[in-house]
Amino acid sequence: MNKIIEKTDLSENVVKMVIDAPAIAGKRKAGQFIVLKIDEKGERIPLTIVDSDAERGAITIIFQIVGKTTAKLATLNSGDGINDLQGPLGQPTEIENFGTVVCVGGGVGVGVVYPIAVALREAGNRVISIIGSRTKELLILEQETKDVSDRLIVTTDDGSYGFHGFVSQALENLIQEGEKIDRVFAIGPVPMMRVVCNVTKPHGIKTIVSLNSIMVDATGMCGACRVSVGGETKFTCVDGPEFDGHDVDFDLLASRLRMYVDQEKEAFEKFRCECHGT
Amino acid sequence: MELEPKKKREKVPRQPMPEQSPLERIKNFNEVPLGYSEETAMLEASRCIQCKKPTCISGCPVDVNIPAFIKLIAEGKFMEAARKLKETNSLPAVCGRVCPQEDQCEKQCILAKKGESVAIGRLERFAADYERNSGQISIPEVPSPNGKKVAVVGAGPSGLTIAGDLVKMGYEVTIYEALHKAGGVLVYGIPEFRLPKSIVEAEVHYLEKLGVKIETNAVIGRLRTVDELFDEGFQAVYIAVGAGAPVFMNIPGENLSGIYSANEYLTRSNLMKAYLFPEYDTPIVRGKNVAVIGGGNVAMDSVRTALRLGAENAYIIYRRTDVEMPARIEEVHHAKEEGVQFKLLTNPVAYLGDENGWVTGMKCLRMELGEPDASGRRRPVPIEGSEFVIDVDTVVVAVGTMANPIVPATTTGLETNKQGYIVTKDEKGETTRQGVYAGGDIVTGSATVILAMGAGKKAASAIHEFLSGNEQTT
Ligand SMILES: Cc1cc2nc3c(=O)[nH]c(=O)nc-3n(C[C@H](O)[C@H](O)[C@H](O)COP(=O)(O)OP(=O)(O)OC[C@H]3O[C@@H](n4cnc5c(N)ncnc54)[C@H](O)[C@@H]3O)c2cc1C
Ligand code: FES
Repeated sequence: MNKIIEKTDLSENVVKMVIDAPAIAGKRKAGQFIVLKIDEKGERIPLTIVDSDAERGAITIIFQIVGKTTAKLATLNSGDGINDLQGPLGQPTEIENFGTVVCVGGGVGVGVVYPIAVALREAGNRVISIIGSRTKELLILEQETKDVSDRLIVTTDDGSYGFHGFVSQALENLIQEGEKIDRVFAIGPVPMMRVVCNVTKPHGIKTIVSLNSIMVDATGMCGACRVSVGGETKFTCVDGPEFDGHDVDFDLLASRLRMYVDQEKEAFEKFRCECHGT
Repeated sequence: MELEPKKKREKVPRQPMPEQSPLERIKNFNEVPLGYSEETAMLEASRCIQCKKPTCISGCPVDVNIPAFIKLIAEGKFMEAARKLKETNSLPAVCGRVCPQEDQCEKQCILAKKGESVAIGRLERFAADYERNSGQISIPEVPSPNGKKVAVVGAGPSGLTIAGDLVKMGYEVTIYEALHKAGGVLVYGIPEFRLPKSIVEAEVHYLEKLGVKIETNAVIGRLRTVDELFDEGFQAVYIAVGAGAPVFMNIPGENLSGIYSANEYLTRSNLMKAYLFPEYDTPIVRGKNVAVIGGGNVAMDSVRTALRLGAENAYIIYRRTDVEMPARIEEVHHAKEEGVQFKLLTNPVAYLGDENGWVTGMKCLRMELGEPDASGRRRPVPIEGSEFVIDVDTVVVAVGTMANPIVPATTTGLETNKQGYIVTKDEKGETTRQGVYAGGDIVTGSATVILAMGAGKKAASAIHEFLSGNEQTT
């Protein structure tokens, strides 16, 4: 049982939680994730470790309410417990001084790219961050990202704040401006990562993406998380979650992510009824 | 005096196991065999002729004193029979259900030479169930701690067995388990209808009562490494992480939606209880036309799960014939009774999908048997031009498993073979690194519960020897 220490709503459907997990906090490196299972009947879902504090023995997660499990998680408060927390899992981000790096985050992906930006900055990189959301109210971690970036570009799809457009367009502009970019890290919804890769590919800028495959055990035991990278099957949980975006088969990723849409809807509906019914 | 009972014994036939009827059982996940009644058990036990030099024991990897426990059953001393079993077998309720007795003890039974062997497995199950259901499970006296700590990596049958043995010798034992629940294949792989999970839970609970510590959600190699376990004060480590990684066939379309590894399919259903969705949160595809590829126990478990999840057509696709099929005869028999369709001498070569990336068909080739291969079985050879398509919406690939590299890759000085299995010096489980022992599927490759347990037992005495030896030299 791991206790929730802090809970903050970052936007209407994005929640940040600090959870007591000393062993994980002491081990975790940027880019790694945990699997959590809320209670006896819960499913196992992967979530990136956004931050960790070894002294305090705590890790931070940020999640968007997209289905039953995340909705249920959002109903928990500080002091409540989470039955199972397994981690740190996956390969850490490859952190080096690459030169100038651009960290692109979309939606809740801003939370995932943020710790990578922190680590890259610490390694001596010049960090440019591009973070975006659909609309101003949904933007998260703006100040935090600003604090670790040499330059921050904010975008909204509807133009309610910052640059009017997608993060990919802001990146394209940056390249057109003549900014010499050594590496891009792009994390967010599948269509966003795909478009960012399409932007960087013609310029030969290596682009790392973090994939959010469906997982079960997250130790390489089941293959639920398999993706195709450079024509080879890889397991996101042990080989990833980060891969060279130019090699990722995004169509396959997107279709495998839709595998349980009907059941997910059913479970979510049932949960909402139960929540409102009582 | 001697003659009378002997005559009587010979007349008693091997007692059949009462079972749920096939039509009924494919609608539920309850256990298929219902177990012997007390009367049946005593009758069956009376068939044992109590050989002076019993051959059956040599067929048992953990040396259960078979005639002795059977004699106790025949005398109606069921609790004592259970205790006798537990002297050498810490998981009798599990073994009574899943051991391939027909290849082990029962194969060696003298009665098998002339007719049918004593139903040793069924009797083992009976005694263990009797004790568990009585609620009076005796906890043996554990010696006071000897101050030495042993870490066990993996809570499958091998890890559970060694933990029980070492704790009974006075060691402080901690098991580190990657998943949220202890049991290994017993909880994530073998279905409820063959091994009720409450039984495994009871066994795990029993070990905890003995004083074994179990830390779940602890992936060794990530949360801690084996090296760090030594730094933390463990004096020996036993690695029993199983052969958990799935094997795929690497044929076109294998990543389409609806295609599972057996590990994933069974884990969703068993460990996560997806068959109870939406009461439980984990979903599983309830396919109408389900093909399971493979001919082993894992394939049988998968295909019978598919039927219970509502499949109209559940196929076994196997490239050889039923003679070569590695699954237990009993399991094949159960699957046939339940309506599984066996497509033998058939091998998939590619999958077809729809515009949503969902599998719709499986392109197969018909095979024939050629010359024997390295395994001695006749090699299946494709028949040219025999390609045909089977319509499917769900596929489960059950063609084997391999070693998971997480622990070997993060442990210094641990030698593995070409397939990634841990190399041991002898059957006691000593590895190339001092103080590190290994056993079960991670050494042998996918084998059986009882062999994994046997490896745990042997390693327990090897570790005891190693740590006692240390004492003398220091
Ligand atoms: C579906 C299925 C059906 C089977 N049916 C039968 C049968 O009827 N009869 C029979 O005798 N055998 C059967 N077998 C085989 C039998 O289950 C195995 O041989 C046996 O379980 C092996 O035991 P083990 O302890 O070596 O490993 P496992 O049971 O595989 O246990 C290994 C444990 O280690 C954990 N682990 C892995 N990596 C780590 C890590 N890095 N850190 C911490 N923990 C880790 C795993 O989560 C797991 O719990 C079956 C196997 C399967 C898959
Ligand atoms: S989640 Fe099971 S192998 Fe990756």
